[in-house]
Amino acid sequence: MNRAKLISFHHGACVPLTELPCLDFPTFRESLLEEVAGDARIASFFGHPDADGVNLYAVLAHDWQGKLALLHTRVQNSFPSLTPECPQLHLFERELAEQYGLRPEGHPWLKPVRFHQNWIAAADIWGRDPDLHPIPGDMDFYQVAGEEVHEVAVGPVHAGVIEPGHFRFQCHGEKVMNLEISLGFQHRGIEQMLIGGPHPASIYQLEAAAGDTSIGHTIAYSQVLESLSTVEPSPRAYAVRAIALELERLANHVGDIGAMTGDVGYLPTSSFCGRLRGDYLNLMADLCGSRFGRGLVRPGGVQFDLNPELVDKLLQRLSVLETETRGAIELSFDSPSVLARFEGTGVLSIDAAEELGLVGVVARASGLMRDARLHHPLGGRQKLFDAPIIETDGDVFARGNVRRREIYASHRMIREALQSLQSGENRIPLGPLAPDSLAVSLCEGWRGEVVHVGLTDGQGQLARYKIVDPSFHNWAGMTMVLRGEQISDFPLCNKSFNLSYCGFDL
Amino acid sequence: MLHILSERLRQGHRTGKFPQQEPTLSERFRGLPQITPNLDQQQQSAAVASCPFAAVQSVAGQLQIDVGRCLFCADCPVAELGALEFSHDYRLATRSRDDLLLGDETYRLAEKLNKRMLKLFGRSLKLRQLSAGGCNACEADLNVLGTLVFDLGRFGIQFVASPRHADGIMVTGPVTENMRSALLDTYAAIPEPKLVIASGACAIGGGPFRDSPETNNGIGDLLPVDLYIPGCPPHPYTALDGLLRLLNRR
Ligand code: SF4
Ligand code: SF4
Repeated sequence: MNRAKLISFHHGACVPLTELPCLDFPTFRESLLEEVAGDARIASFFGHPDADGVNLYAVLAHDWQGKLALLHTRVQNSFPSLTPECPQLHLFERELAEQYGLRPEGHPWLKPVRFHQNWIAAADIWGRDPDLHPIPGDMDFYQVAGEEVHEVAVGPVHAGVIEPGHFRFQCHGEKVMNLEISLGFQHRGIEQMLIGGPHPASIYQLEAAAGDTSIGHTIAYSQVLESLSTVEPSPRAYAVRAIALELERLANHVGDIGAMTGDVGYLPTSSFCGRLRGDYLNLMADLCGSRFGRGLVRPGGVQFDLNPELVDKLLQRLSVLETETRGAIELSFDSPSVLARFEGTGVLSIDAAEELGLVGVVARASGLMRDARLHHPLGGRQKLFDAPIIETDGDVFARGNVRRREIYASHRMIREALQSLQSGENRIPLGPLAPDSLAVSLCEGWRGEVVHVGLTDGQGQLARYKIVDPSFHNWAGMTMVLRGEQISDFPLCNKSFNLSYCGFDL
Repeated sequence: MLHILSERLRQGHRTGKFPQQEPTLSERFRGLPQITPNLDQQQQSAAVASCPFAAVQSVAGQLQIDVGRCLFCADCPVAELGALEFSHDYRLATRSRDDLLLGDETYRLAEKLNKRMLKLFGRSLKLRQLSAGGCNACEADLNVLGTLVFDLGRFGIQFVASPRHADGIMVTGPVTENMRSALLDTYAAIPEPKLVIASGACAIGGGPFRDSPETNNGIGDLLPVDLYIPGCPPHPYTALDGLLRLLNRR
């Protein structure tokens, strides 16, 4: 191992950029591939331009060691693509091509990701007019030709109350041969708006980065700033964050099980869960006034406290909701007609999940133990989380069952956290951010791992802020499971993933 | 089957009594902001400068909040300066953009549609929801209106899949560059006469993404808006109240 080339550190550390060697590309490449062939996976990979080219940073996660590692190189104009050997980089490289006009030579699937103009004055590698905003979905789609082969195009506007995205199916009769997804419709330019910050508006933009994961993203953002200014929130603040994170998981997981059962026409669970989801959102509102946790998590801690009356109220409500949730969920998991539709549908193999670098519920349902709560906890949360949940079948049932079991685990975690709250400051003021430094933060949101990286300039302002929502990795898994499936199973598969559009598009 | 029935009994009847009965909202809920009266010019300038989303202005010596732009922030610096306070009032929807600008007068809540439109839509309103950069919180809390608790269908209101079947469009999100033409196309596909509803701070004025080069600061000048529903995201009762006012049900 090229250990000398790597900076290895723990989650929460602030890494001075001067300690990070800039490797020549061949060494960078070799070290990265070696790490990935070992036990590392790519948590983040991004560029930051300077006068001499574009700096590339790879953040590697060694989950079972609880460690992170960093690799750094600098490239100009193009570089030999790593994707053929390391498929989990496929989208990260496409992103670099779109943002900085860097061509990953030999990339097998080089298409735009979000359809925005270049971030720097570089030639567009797809030859589009630099003065015009690109047209979303304007790319060459993979096509299958032949008799009786037909193409189905869906979106950007879908049938329900749901975010936009474009899906292209290549079908033979009912059977899907290939699905390609083109996103970017929700692109709001968040990473660009964060540059030069932290600005007063930044935290609100992060709360809405993926609005159903406000807690996940604000925790990740706060951790980055805390690491960069070496401030440690109180155990109490950590506990309130953990409670909110689990409440967010409960609301979404319960909603997802409702949606999945609704999709197979099992209305009792679907309507009970729809109501229960709202009740969990209301618990969040009891905590901070917002059903989506807006305003709760702030750098340095949290903004709302739990007084003893509220603790009692939450405990009471939780025990009622727990019984009702179990009742609603177990009904469907006992029902042969539901199981018949869930089992064996939309199978994702562990190898595909691993190669594509998938995370969260989807990865765990395919047998990959990836959970930042277990591997990369901050602030003594490890004690709270000691029962990682894993399934191995990789089908719709497995994804539902991971959620079901996580729901029950979250009930327990919230109860324990409420019963063992320590006293302490809600929020500790942040100092200035360390200049020329980098911090990485991971937070296991309800969909999976949210990774934020903050990089400061000489004045301690954010020069680059990189966000990886779990959906960024996982949409690729969604396209994999559709291969060979009936197109009519698409809605069910899609609900079993339930990925974020804006989290991908940011 | 017996399991289903017994679970059904335990889960009970859940549809709320709204609008006959006012909803109970969480104690920490932040509703209609109220400007502190008689602030001097210096206090007003400080308040204007402190809001990151340009939701506060000083107009003719009177501090004014743009309820449409406001995100109802828990850590509102304007409130910290003592220049405003959040009430518990969840009713926020208005018919015109100007009505969202609140100084020291009373807030003008949405009025009902005109006679002709009421005759057409009063008992059956089908809406096409369109997310144009919405963060999925606005969308989720509109979806919630379809659950047992709110049961939107009992008011004759329904979200439909095809714009051809719709009487109006309900937009969320700041209108990203990448969704602008899809928004206009969807609007064009709805038969006349039609309604436009802007739901959430983003759709009204760009919300937290105000002035991003990738967004359009909301529907603004793109479409004629009939109903504004403020909030980030609007509480489901705020949205329901607005819809019912429009249909003369409140
Ligand atoms: S709540 Fe937020 S948006 Fe509204 S006035 Fe205060 S700071 Fe501005
Ligand atoms: S108004 Fe707020 S909740 Fe609604 S889409 Fe915008 S950021 Fe999200």
